[in-house]
Amino acid sequence: MSSATLYGLCGAVLVGLGLFGLIVHPQLLRKILAFNLIGSGVFLVFGVVARRGAAAGFGGDPVPQALVITGLVVAFAATALVVALLLRLFEQTGQVTLRSDG
Amino acid sequence: MAVWTITSRGTLPAVVGFVAYGLLLALVWVRLAAPDVALTEAAIGSGITGGLLLGASARLRATEAPATGETPGMTLRVATAALCALVAAGLAAIVVLLPEPAPTLAPQVAANMAATGLGNPVTAVLMAYRAIDTLLETVVLLLALLGTWSLAPDRIWGGFPGVRHDADPHGLLTFIAQFLAPVGILVGIHIFWVGSVAPGGEFQAATILAAMWILAAMAGLVDAPPVSRRRLRILLVAGPAVFFAIGLAGLAMAGAFLAYPAPYAKLIILMIEIPVTLSIAATLALLVAGPPQRAPPR
Amino acid sequence: MPNSATAGGFLLVLAIVLPVAGVLLSVALGGRQAERIALIMMPAGLAVAVAIAAGVWRSHSVLQYFVGGWDPPLGIAFRADGLSSVMIVTAALLICGIGLFARTQFPTPRGAETRTSLVFWTLLLAVWGALNAVFIGGDLFNLYVALELLAFAAVPLVCLDGRAETLAAALRYLLFALLGSILYLLGTVLLYGAYGTLDIVLLSSRIRAEPVAWASVSLMTAGLLAKAALYPLHLWLPPAHAGAPAPASAILSGLVIKAPFFLVVRLWFDVMPRLPEHVAAQVLGALGAAAIIFGSVVALRQARLKLLIAYSTVAQIGYLFLMFPLATGPWAADAFSGGIMQALSHAFAKAAMFLSAGLIAESLGHDRIAGLSGAARALPVTFLALGLGGLSLMGLPPSGGFAAKWLLMKASIEAGQWVWAVVMAAGGLLAGGYLYRVLAPALSGESPQLKKAPARSRESVALALALVALLLAFAPPSFFTFLQIGRPAAGVALQ
Repeated sequence: MSSATLYGLCGAVLVGLGLFGLIVHPQLLRKILAFNLIGSGVFLVFGVVARRGAAAGFGGDPVPQALVITGLVVAFAATALVVALLLRLFEQTGQVTLRSDG
Repeated sequence: MAVWTITSRGTLPAVVGFVAYGLLLALVWVRLAAPDVALTEAAIGSGITGGLLLGASARLRATEAPATGETPGMTLRVATAALCALVAAGLAAIVVLLPEPAPTLAPQVAANMAATGLGNPVTAVLMAYRAIDTLLETVVLLLALLGTWSLAPDRIWGGFPGVRHDADPHGLLTFIAQFLAPVGILVGIHIFWVGSVAPGGEFQAATILAAMWILAAMAGLVDAPPVSRRRLRILLVAGPAVFFAIGLAGLAMAGAFLAYPAPYAKLIILMIEIPVTLSIAATLALLVAGPPQRAPPR
Repeated sequence: MPNSATAGGFLLVLAIVLPVAGVLLSVALGGRQAERIALIMMPAGLAVAVAIAAGVWRSHSVLQYFVGGWDPPLGIAFRADGLSSVMIVTAALLICGIGLFARTQFPTPRGAETRTSLVFWTLLLAVWGALNAVFIGGDLFNLYVALELLAFAAVPLVCLDGRAETLAAALRYLLFALLGSILYLLGTVLLYGAYGTLDIVLLSSRIRAEPVAWASVSLMTAGLLAKAALYPLHLWLPPAHAGAPAPASAILSGLVIKAPFFLVVRLWFDVMPRLPEHVAAQVLGALGAAAIIFGSVVALRQARLKLLIAYSTVAQIGYLFLMFPLATGPWAADAFSGGIMQALSHAFAKAAMFLSAGLIAESLGHDRIAGLSGAARALPVTFLALGLGGLSLMGLPPSGGFAAKWLLMKASIEAGQWVWAVVMAAGGLLAGGYLYRVLAPALSGESPQLKKAPARSRESVALALALVALLLAFAPPSFFTFLQIGRPAAGVALQ
């Protein structure tokens, strides 16, 4: 099993781990952390795909690498918006979880 | 490291764990022969995301104890763990099953790079072949900022983002900021310039510039302008606007939206990248600063 | 399928460039100009939308554009087929109507810029641009970026009034949207890893029925279903759509929720064209049926008008997914036409209903259903719009909703899959039930005191949208042929 595939398995584990954290933690900040973990797992799978596509003198296929960079930026923007919403909700109500109301 | 992030009891340790995890991840990217991604992960994924989350967890620290009461019971956790393990296993199986030899676009990227005049293939993908993705991504960033701003109460609208830190002329933070900021800015410019032929590029440079500003703001050396200031708005919009304008000009000059005429391609890409880097730096810094919290000047 | 840029392809670029330029201008020039900029962009965008549809109609084939002049798989393509054109025109019409309606609610301030004036108009244009990007995107990752654009534009509209409940609703919406995006992204990376491209047309020729493809499509579909609020992933929708200001609710329920459905269609019909033959399509149908029953039943029990309408959206989304188990065989074209017609007529009808509900809430000062008695006498035009929209939801003739359900029922009976027809009939009855709950007391009893009378222009907009939903019933057969332009040859292109 090549090292790239090993990293791919790591990516899969991260996705599972992140999913667990997302479901289990009621605090929104922990959920956001878990989301970022899932995201990084997905990006890692992208990286594995890129590494496997090494050709034409490049160490990896540049297209998936570029997609990861775009994805990282979008993920940060999402995190920022969620955090801002969370902080505002906290300011107004003092709650940091989303209680389901039916 | 990742397990620590999920299972740790308190939020602050979890966030710290997450930042450490991000730095380790950047090393993994280097091992995967993706230095551009490593830079971006360290800067954005770990750096400013970490800063954002640390700031948030500091403000929420008082709520730790009551919130943990709502954690689901043991049976639910075990069931969820089983489900997630299943998902991870399935995903792992698929990854292992991916075809050999792997399909790749690397040869096509290489073949067309001469027309772009660039030496860094990832930059070629981001700024030439898939430029519309990058363009839309800058708009996504801007919208996230607008959305963050929209959370301010009406009476504070247009005001100063975040909290004002007081400058302590003899403090350690001030010293670090005064020393580090110019160095950081130079590093940022270097990474930007080098990005056309070597790992680097506008996003990484923009993040470093943003981080330097944030450092200076935390030390009290600078303050964010109020969000209603016209010049700030123009700075934020300049990047995507120039990108669009050049894209439209490409119609006349090279036959398609976002096409670059071959002899000038590298110059044009540089002309796009400079305002984009500045706009993104401002947007990233302001996203970390948050919505307006102090009333605007009269 | 032509493999180069076609004439008129540049219109596709304009469909995105115009609204996004509006966004940039609004941010730069500030909230005092935002409304004006939007009002200039609206007719321009509508003209582009109509031109795209005309171009597709005249050439009877797909309009295609390669951005930057780079061909896929290296570059990104924009494509407009019959389906895209119809959605683009619908979006343009609705945005224009809702924009006109919202002028009174979010006017340009006299003095300094206000928060709502900048945020509403800028996000309106952003939603429009993002929707167009979804409708013409030919590359799966570009579509991911478009989906994120749409989410970031839509979420702040939910909590525009700043109340704690809408903040919570917006958070929940964003979390579900992000979960959907992550699942979608995971699917795309697997597809790229297996086939080396994310271009929809190229993928359709390379994809094979193997585990990687199954996993990818399942992940992407699951993510899109979360975004489309299909049962059981619907929890976020009612508070979000009910909590937003009325024009925003109209956009959210009318247009934004259709984008992920549109992408499921793209995935199941274009990327993996043989997929609807598989038993997985029955799963989608079953979830749709559950949504119809559940959504309608819960709507019956609501105390507030806007929540009732929001649960009605949950139900009506279910109808859209009944299209999938019926999409193979000689009745496939009927099922396809029925599903799309449902999407269109629901968009107009639901927008009309939310706008009317907004007027009612403003005029009466509340939107409690118990307090609506006699209101129809005081607000005749508004309740007419509400009622006509409801007509389409119930599926009574003459309305677009009726045409849609007729086509779907016809397909389900011909296919021998009776259960869908039964569910649809039940859904129609339940819809009648919850509409009766609202309209019956409104039509009888003492006319209440109005806090303020609604502006005639706003009522007319709501009524006009409801009438469009009705007029869709009279779509000529050439409309259905138009929808089939660009479909892979699997189905026969006749009604």
